[in-house]
Amino acid sequence: MLKKTVIALAIPAAAVLLGACTSSPSSADYDKMTAEVVKASFQDRGIAKLDRLEQDMANKECAAASVAGKPIEEKVAKAIEETEMKTIKWPSDGKFLGDWKEGEKIAQSGRGLTWSDDVKTVNGGNCYNCHQISKEEISFGTIGPSLYNYGKLRGVSNPSSPESKAIVEYTWGKMWNARAYNACSQMPRVGHKGILNEQELKHVMALLLDPNSPVNK
Amino acid sequence: MKKNLRVLAVLAAIAAVQSAHAQDAAAEGIAKYREMLQDGNPAELFEMKGEELWKQKRGPKNVSLEKCDLGKGPGVVKGAFVELPRFFADTGRVQDLESRLMTCMETLQGIDVKKEVNTRNFGKGETANIVALSTWIGAQSMGMRFNLSQSHQAERDMYEVGKRLFFMRGGPHDFACATCHGEDGKRIRLQDLPNLTKNPGDGVGFAAWPAYRVSNGQMWSMQHRLNDCYRQQRFPEPKFASDVTIALGVYMGVNAKGAESIVPSIKR
Amino acid sequence: MADPMRIRAAEAGGVTTVRVLMSHPMESGLRKDAAGNTIPAQYITDVVATHNGKPVLQATWSGAVSQNPFLSFKFKGAAKGDKVVVKWTDNKGESRTDEAAVS
Repeated sequence: MLKKTVIALAIPAAAVLLGACTSSPSSADYDKMTAEVVKASFQDRGIAKLDRLEQDMANKECAAASVAGKPIEEKVAKAIEETEMKTIKWPSDGKFLGDWKEGEKIAQSGRGLTWSDDVKTVNGGNCYNCHQISKEEISFGTIGPSLYNYGKLRGVSNPSSPESKAIVEYTWGKMWNARAYNACSQMPRVGHKGILNEQELKHVMALLLDPNSPVNK
Repeated sequence: MKKNLRVLAVLAAIAAVQSAHAQDAAAEGIAKYREMLQDGNPAELFEMKGEELWKQKRGPKNVSLEKCDLGKGPGVVKGAFVELPRFFADTGRVQDLESRLMTCMETLQGIDVKKEVNTRNFGKGETANIVALSTWIGAQSMGMRFNLSQSHQAERDMYEVGKRLFFMRGGPHDFACATCHGEDGKRIRLQDLPNLTKNPGDGVGFAAWPAYRVSNGQMWSMQHRLNDCYRQQRFPEPKFASDVTIALGVYMGVNAKGAESIVPSIKR
Repeated sequence: MADPMRIRAAEAGGVTTVRVLMSHPMESGLRKDAAGNTIPAQYITDVVATHNGKPVLQATWSGAVSQNPFLSFKFKGAAKGDKVVVKWTDNKGESRTDEAAVS
């Protein structure tokens, strides 16, 4: 019943606004229409609840820019990046790297957080879905850039050294919340949104930065 | 059987090779495998079922669906698929194929579609019947080109809503449809992704569903495909044939104007 | 009664190509469900195709053949209009017979 009324309401409302003229609803009208359609159409299922649709500033602004077909405004991007940067939680013990072998397993797994998973499911990092990482794994996606030789290309021969500090911290920050560095990045905010925890992120850090990792061979 | 063994041997050989050519060879092997699958698409079994359901007297009213109006007049099936979703005056709303079938099953046959057709029943009962019907109806437009109407205001409105939905980010991963389907030449793992913000080409994207999925032996309609997209995006669930799904159909269908439909197709 | 097969038979240059699509779960008996219980085997074990009553193909299948199997084969000696009959039988004793005319 509700979904029928939504569109039926939207059109007369738009018609009343515009009278007899031939112009169509404005972009803002369509935003409102869309919000109504979303409200009428989605339902909770499993662990996937309706609150997942809440739009924070970053998502709202980035989506709007895409719809308008224009790049996001410089100052809006900066505002997003500043907000997101504040969310980064650094390793509690100051250690950034874990075990690259565990990191590879996490990168390979795409499990978790869907409505067919439960709270006990261990989330994967989903990494290979979008990125090339090791040379051996040929089943990789191209939505994100290749991470093969990540540490090597950045001259990281010793991740604990002072020379590597900047890269190591950037890598951590990027994984914790990619939007801190690129407002509309397509990359999930892996740490900030709780997809991977601190220990799991350390393992992925090792996959990328440990000189012994296959990524850097 | 011999052909299968040959392909298996090719694929096994490819898996063993660890070189820069490995990926090209894998892509080639997959393409060969897919080409072989074109012959004898099990979707035909669902087509047969769908045709039967269209002509069979069913429901409390004991009537067939042969007077169902899919947009080109009562009973006109050929060409209907490539013009959906569209506005229907009798319901006053834009409808896709599956919601329109629900309307016909309810009004012509008296079947309680609200109860019987939902996202928990994919592959079962009346929901499975809608998939079979969609498969047959889609097949009657095979080879024709998409030509959705945008002449009605409601159709234009749904396009704009669909566009906004397409770019809407959400869930813990901040995924939107556009995350995977917003650019040319991208893939997830080894699965190529069509760019659905424009015409992605003949037989691709909107022009390929309903499709038979070999990996799970299931016939998937567009409703099922969209449902699983949202599941993988970690979104909450869109209700069966809800306006979100119809609006996305309008957006994709209008963008695909001129693309050739290969429905029902076959997928991995 | 099992779902019907889709059979097409076309003759060209003396050779008839028959293409059969069978509807069958082809459960190998090796899969387990989410609860860990083995899903019972149900697969086609025998296929016989006849032309004018004479067998032109006999096949013995196992659970290795996939769901909704597609079978394509050629034989000589048929004319347009002749009947080709295909029958499958599975390990549970279920069977299905369908026919098509050679076009």
